[in-house]
Amino acid sequence: MITLKINGFEVQVERGATILQAAEKVGIKIPMFCYDERFKPHGSCRICVVEVEGARSLMTACCIPAADGMVVQTESEVVVEARKEILDLILANHPLDCLTCEQAGRCTLQDLCYQYDIEETSYEGARKSYEKDVSNEFYTADQTKCILCGKCVYMCSQVQNTDALCFVDRGFETHIGTPFEQGIAESTCVSCGNCVSVCPVGALMPKRREKYRYWEVEKVQTTCAYCGVGCQMELLVKDNRIVEVLPVKGHCNEGLLCVKGRFSFDFVNHRDRLKKPLIRKNGELEEATWDEAYDLIVSKINEIKESDGPDAISAFSSARGLTEDNYLMTKMMRAVVGTNNVDHCARL
Amino acid sequence: MELYRSHVLVCGSTGCVSSDSLKIIDLFNKELEKHGLEKEIKVVQTGCFGLCEAGPIVIVYPEGSFYSQVKLDDVPRITEEHLLKGLIVHDLTYKEPGKKEASDSIDDMGFYKKQQRVALRNCGVIDPEILKEYIAYDGYAALAKVLTKMSPEEVVETIKASGLRGRGGGGFPTGLKWEFTSKAEGDVKYVACNADEGDPGAFMDRSVLEGDPHTLVESMTIAAYAVGANYGFVYVRAEYPIAVKRLQIAIDQARENDLLGEDILGSGFSFDMEIREGAGAFVCGEETALIQSIEGRRGMPKVRPPFPANKGIFDKPTLLNNVETFANINQIILKGADWFAGIGTEKSKGTKVFALGGKINNTGLLEIPMGTTLQETIFEVGGGIPNGKAFKAVQTGGPSGGCIPAEHLDTPIDYENLIALGSMMGSGGMIVMDEDNCMVDVARFFLDFTEEESCGKCTPCREGIKRMHELLDKITEGKGKLQDVDKLETLAKTIKKASLCGLGQTAPNPVLSTIRYFRYEYEAHVNEKMCPAGVCQALLQFLVIPEKCKKCGICAAKCPVNCISGVKGKEVYLIDQAKCIKCGACLEACPFDAIKKG
Repeated sequence: MITLKINGFEVQVERGATILQAAEKVGIKIPMFCYDERFKPHGSCRICVVEVEGARSLMTACCIPAADGMVVQTESEVVVEARKEILDLILANHPLDCLTCEQAGRCTLQDLCYQYDIEETSYEGARKSYEKDVSNEFYTADQTKCILCGKCVYMCSQVQNTDALCFVDRGFETHIGTPFEQGIAESTCVSCGNCVSVCPVGALMPKRREKYRYWEVEKVQTTCAYCGVGCQMELLVKDNRIVEVLPVKGHCNEGLLCVKGRFSFDFVNHRDRLKKPLIRKNGELEEATWDEAYDLIVSKINEIKESDGPDAISAFSSARGLTEDNYLMTKMMRAVVGTNNVDHCARL
Repeated sequence: MELYRSHVLVCGSTGCVSSDSLKIIDLFNKELEKHGLEKEIKVVQTGCFGLCEAGPIVIVYPEGSFYSQVKLDDVPRITEEHLLKGLIVHDLTYKEPGKKEASDSIDDMGFYKKQQRVALRNCGVIDPEILKEYIAYDGYAALAKVLTKMSPEEVVETIKASGLRGRGGGGFPTGLKWEFTSKAEGDVKYVACNADEGDPGAFMDRSVLEGDPHTLVESMTIAAYAVGANYGFVYVRAEYPIAVKRLQIAIDQARENDLLGEDILGSGFSFDMEIREGAGAFVCGEETALIQSIEGRRGMPKVRPPFPANKGIFDKPTLLNNVETFANINQIILKGADWFAGIGTEKSKGTKVFALGGKINNTGLLEIPMGTTLQETIFEVGGGIPNGKAFKAVQTGGPSGGCIPAEHLDTPIDYENLIALGSMMGSGGMIVMDEDNCMVDVARFFLDFTEEESCGKCTPCREGIKRMHELLDKITEGKGKLQDVDKLETLAKTIKKASLCGLGQTAPNPVLSTIRYFRYEYEAHVNEKMCPAGVCQALLQFLVIPEKCKKCGICAAKCPVNCISGVKGKEVYLIDQAKCIKCGACLEACPFDAIKKG
């Protein structure tokens, strides 16, 4: 264990812990754009700089290891000045369209400008301007709003292992793109949307089906029903309708979702969604009660078993069912019906 | 062994090659044959002599006659007069600025008198493509000594005791770096050489690679033995084709002669190396970006720690030094740490190579002991400022260095002194400015470079340098306010404090140092809308001096926008300032000096 002092508070941490982790331990919050504990430390945005006694320059709390005897100030005059300057610089190259920006309410830049009283930028001059990439089915990429924290790139390369995104060009012209600037649709992107989830500003946004503000929605944590992994997610609900799904850092998904969990929730409120069983009568599908449906299934199974034997019957179950449901299904087929003809969509 | 009565050394480095020195070599050989002298006189293609201003350079030994700016037409004359008859061709030998007569020998030249060549010792002396010539100058003797008589720990201790510090920029003690790498845990370790010389105008590393490539092969092998590595990389820019070619020749020769590869000199120690060519990004000279690039990734700096000594190339412990640092190693091993520590100042030992350029008579490479003053370097070795102009400032350390004014010329050059003055050693660029340079414009010029070369990773560097550049544009265009100078200063300080790597941390130096020493020039630009040096176009005024005007009308005829009016022979001419585009054509055209710029 090592002992250091942060804003006058003594704190003990394991060797190897960062200044940020040490600060968290004593409840000191340090602002950040680019940090994510799932990535290798990269220290790009510099907003988490803190003052370390005796150091030549400011240190990034997110990636510098705490050292024994270190004396750290996280909100000293020098630190606040530097953070304000960084925000000023980011804002000088970021559209001030918070009134219509869909990220409003969930935007780190907005929050930090509020925290540090940055109303507008003090710089005139060039601003970036890129065409929005709308080629992906589920999300848009607007480099004009990007603050180049790099999270999307590191998410894609280090966590998702897809490598669809990369840095392009250098200096002020740097932007996020895809290899050979072919656009997202032509890249190796699998539309998992994990880059969208970590974007601190409105550069990567899900394509919305309807209008909503982040402060209007109710959040409901649940387990994704698409497969048996059990990913934790948060349904954003407005007027009793799901408008977006965000990942939650659950035990098994660590804040990740796949394309289905992240973007495919339309079926919930879809008008074509089946809510009652249908039975074909005189060539037409007609609504029926569950009792009628079960009676029909039982009678048909008995009938076929009688005429052609149990192996003329097979069952195919869905990955959307719970593990227990799938177990029961195989048990029923083997013990009750008497066949081993069972299969599952996840095997395909 | 063949003996020759005379040697004709011709520089075969990039500068002289670009002005046809290879053709000069061919012609010398033909001329010698014509006169039947080919058995008596040998033509040698060497590395750089340093005084590139005077290239192509030919030196004839034993006299040491220094022929400068040699043209093909001069070759028959030098052959017939000097080589055949023994008469030095005085009108072709180099005449130093300020001297009445040309020097007879290189030994009498002021450029070389104060120099002490350690890293450049073989440049311009041997043929870099011939291993035996290197060996004749004690080549590979240090390696043999290390492998047969010294333990790895002793080698590390020797380098530590010598006080050698990194020549690539930071000035970190080399011996400590070796010690850290040798003590780092890892089954595989690497030795790497930073030959990604990105500072515009600096070419000492290229000079060593082109003029003495074996010194690098030998020193890297010694380093590998000391830290326990068996493989090395030389990261060299692809823009150095001659350097890459000669280094590859040296590597191949070393391999063929048991000086590289398995079981070197029968010692049981094995080491091999390869060249990795860089694509020319300035930031790849930063060690972590260089490592990323060697690994095949985008060259972007990484946060330290971990340091390369613990986690470098492919996350293995890596020793990374630059070319000039390595070029000192074999001499330290051969002559001892005490010899090296005896040169230089208390904290900066040995010599340093500088690339002198700008408003200076002797443009080129020079190697001087640490502690030599700026005054001696610029006025004695460098030969002073051309055209009788006054010295204004010297910028040391490449595009991220600071500008040092005349009042600090007596400062002895070492790492600490340069930093205290707001500049740095860097890789050893030294650009001299005279009274005609506008310091605001100079700052803007350097930011033009660093803005372009920022890798774009961290916010202060990517966004901040752009804004500094824009503020300087505004000031030089006469649109600046006094607050802009203050804004520039605070922004520069934040970039310095908050950037990720050395590029961002030093890029504001030209701005901060010029504000520190030449604030009055900034104030003149913003308050009086005037550029005291007469450089910033937007702030210039071209005026006809009525007393001098001969009413000839030449200026009006030359003006591309017809803004000069007058009547030929009758009326003094007048420039319409509102229409003038400040091209300066009138000033150049006037035969009577009747137009002034101010």
